[in-house]
Amino acid sequence: MAEKYVNLWKSLDIDLEKHNQLLAVLPQIYTDLVLSQKNRPKKMDYFDFVISEIHGLRVEELVKLRGEGNKIIGAFCLYAPEELAYAANATMVGLCGGADFSIPDADAVLPRNLCPLIKSFYGFKIGLTCPYFQCCDMLVGETTCDGKKKVYELLNEHVPTYIIEVPHKPDTVQGRSLWLKELEEFKTQLEKLTGNKITAEKLKASIELINDKRKALKRLAELRKATPAPISGLDALIVTQIGFYDDVKRFTAKVNELCDELEERVKNGVGVTDKNAPRLMVSGCPMAVPNWKLPSIAESAGASIVVEESCVGTRYFTDMVEPKGDSLNDMLEALVEKYAKIPCACFTPNDARIESIDKLAKDFKVEGVVYYTLQFCHSYNVEAVKVGKALKSEGVPMLKIETDYTMEDAEQIRTRLEAFLEMIRGKK
Amino acid sequence: MAVAGIDAGSATTKAAIVKNGELSAYAIVPTGANGRNASAKALEEALALAKLTRIDLTKIVSTGYGRRNVEFAENAVTEITTHAKGAKTLFPSAMTIIDIGGQDSKVISLDEDGRINNFVMNDKCAAGTGRFLEVMARTLEVALQDLGKLSISAEKPAKISSMCTVFAESEVVSLIAQGEKREAIIAGLHEAISKRIAGMVKQVGLRREVVFTGGVAKNVGMKASLERVFGLKINIPAEPQIIGAFGAALIAEEGTIIS
Repeated sequence: MAEKYVNLWKSLDIDLEKHNQLLAVLPQIYTDLVLSQKNRPKKMDYFDFVISEIHGLRVEELVKLRGEGNKIIGAFCLYAPEELAYAANATMVGLCGGADFSIPDADAVLPRNLCPLIKSFYGFKIGLTCPYFQCCDMLVGETTCDGKKKVYELLNEHVPTYIIEVPHKPDTVQGRSLWLKELEEFKTQLEKLTGNKITAEKLKASIELINDKRKALKRLAELRKATPAPISGLDALIVTQIGFYDDVKRFTAKVNELCDELEERVKNGVGVTDKNAPRLMVSGCPMAVPNWKLPSIAESAGASIVVEESCVGTRYFTDMVEPKGDSLNDMLEALVEKYAKIPCACFTPNDARIESIDKLAKDFKVEGVVYYTLQFCHSYNVEAVKVGKALKSEGVPMLKIETDYTMEDAEQIRTRLEAFLEMIRGKK
Repeated sequence: MAVAGIDAGSATTKAAIVKNGELSAYAIVPTGANGRNASAKALEEALALAKLTRIDLTKIVSTGYGRRNVEFAENAVTEITTHAKGAKTLFPSAMTIIDIGGQDSKVISLDEDGRINNFVMNDKCAAGTGRFLEVMARTLEVALQDLGKLSISAEKPAKISSMCTVFAESEVVSLIAQGEKREAIIAGLHEAISKRIAGMVKQVGLRREVVFTGGVAKNVGMKASLERVFGLKINIPAEPQIIGAFGAALIAEEGTIIS
């Protein structure tokens, strides 16, 4: 990939030498963790290709879009309303960092006790190693985490960063009204940035566009209810991760093609594991590309991950945006409704998340939950207490893993996961 | 019919030979820099003591930190499962198992049928483990095996607040400088570990009987300290260091776990 895109990266001010080091390690990791899996669906080939072109083809597309006068908006959270961005003819890309690689750059500035996801994305920006960051005309941050909120202020020194205030009590009248006002203000900002008016018609079209993407991912999730699951948790995670930066229409079509193949598999009882593999849910913090550590350890130890209760998982696609009418206001109200239903751990109380985990555990015949929390992510870390209690009363065992992006604890995690699987098998 | 269990630990490698559910011989060797050699050596020593050869073994199961590197083992099982199996076999009324090894500590909770109900392990650092005590013994110029009996004679444990090996070592150094008695410092270290273990036990719930395994269970001061913190008697196997290997051998004999 390096040769072909050097000029593209140069035009984006990428630190070529450092960037080469990053690209040099990725193919090996992908081969070892992903391509080495057994019984992979054939239609994963598209997603393998997208990862192989991670800083190439898609970046080229974004640069082309920009050249045609379109704006690129970088986002870090499900609360950045994609529908509004696309209604303004802008394109949104997820910028959450999932790599240890960029953390040393961030460490030069940020405090040590901060979550790796924040450090990773900040390091990518200041280290000039992420072409997606370099494509962005505007970043949209949100107030779901204090660490992110403060780092957005620092990012604003490099690229205009607009902050949406997410209400922490979304079910209250004041929460809903704040959220509506925030969406309206974001809409105004987008119109100013792009010079395009967001009309009811355009918003309707973009709601459909994004709903279709969510529906495709939901279809993929539903297929994993089968025993044995027709796709590994790691592959499903990679698909969802790609959904945050790929072209929406193409991605939706490719996910549906994959689902067609998986439907056949389910019909024929074909899976990626034997039918006795313990079925796990992973619940907790998001996993951004290339954070594949936990699912790859769990599945190589014999687990079958069947659902991710995560922002890179069910929280993204469980609910659709469903306007009651065709007016702009109807659609904004529908956005308020949909987004208030994403059970982020920044909400208080967050009973909807606990209920959703219980329901997913039942629907997906989950035999154990791996609660995944990134270091220093206080909200997900503390919420594990309530989740653990709720699961215990349902008789579903939970294993909590707190980790970062380094591989130094991989063997300890493997031991815990293997013991967890032995425990589940012992109870069968 | 004989089977073997190999516990490839971070500090020592243990081999246990089991015949008809009974321990017939065992060996403990330092793991050193070459874990593979240590496993073979431990097995050879245990076989010699049992007056058997490799051909007499019908199955070998490995466990411990290096379980996946024991090439001659048919199966690898985690140390959580093997410690539970070994402790439950020796103490049929065991419900809570505390294991403190060379680089990790764990608490395992069993159900009435002896199946694992829940477990917790320490985080990725070696705070409050055998390695921690080894470093402290060196700082105090005390032989590792003398820590226990010295601590028993302490009037009052010194206060150690840190569990990080590096920070605790500097605390110990300042206590020495202040003229604190060695016995009291050791008792203080044991108490600090006990409190940390108590925190882990609370996560799974304390239920009797409690069995204490792992190399650190050989330290009489640790036993006394844990008994004080929990306010109940703790059971220790005759050779607590080989419970993982013993459990692995029992699992080999049953052939119940397929990995």
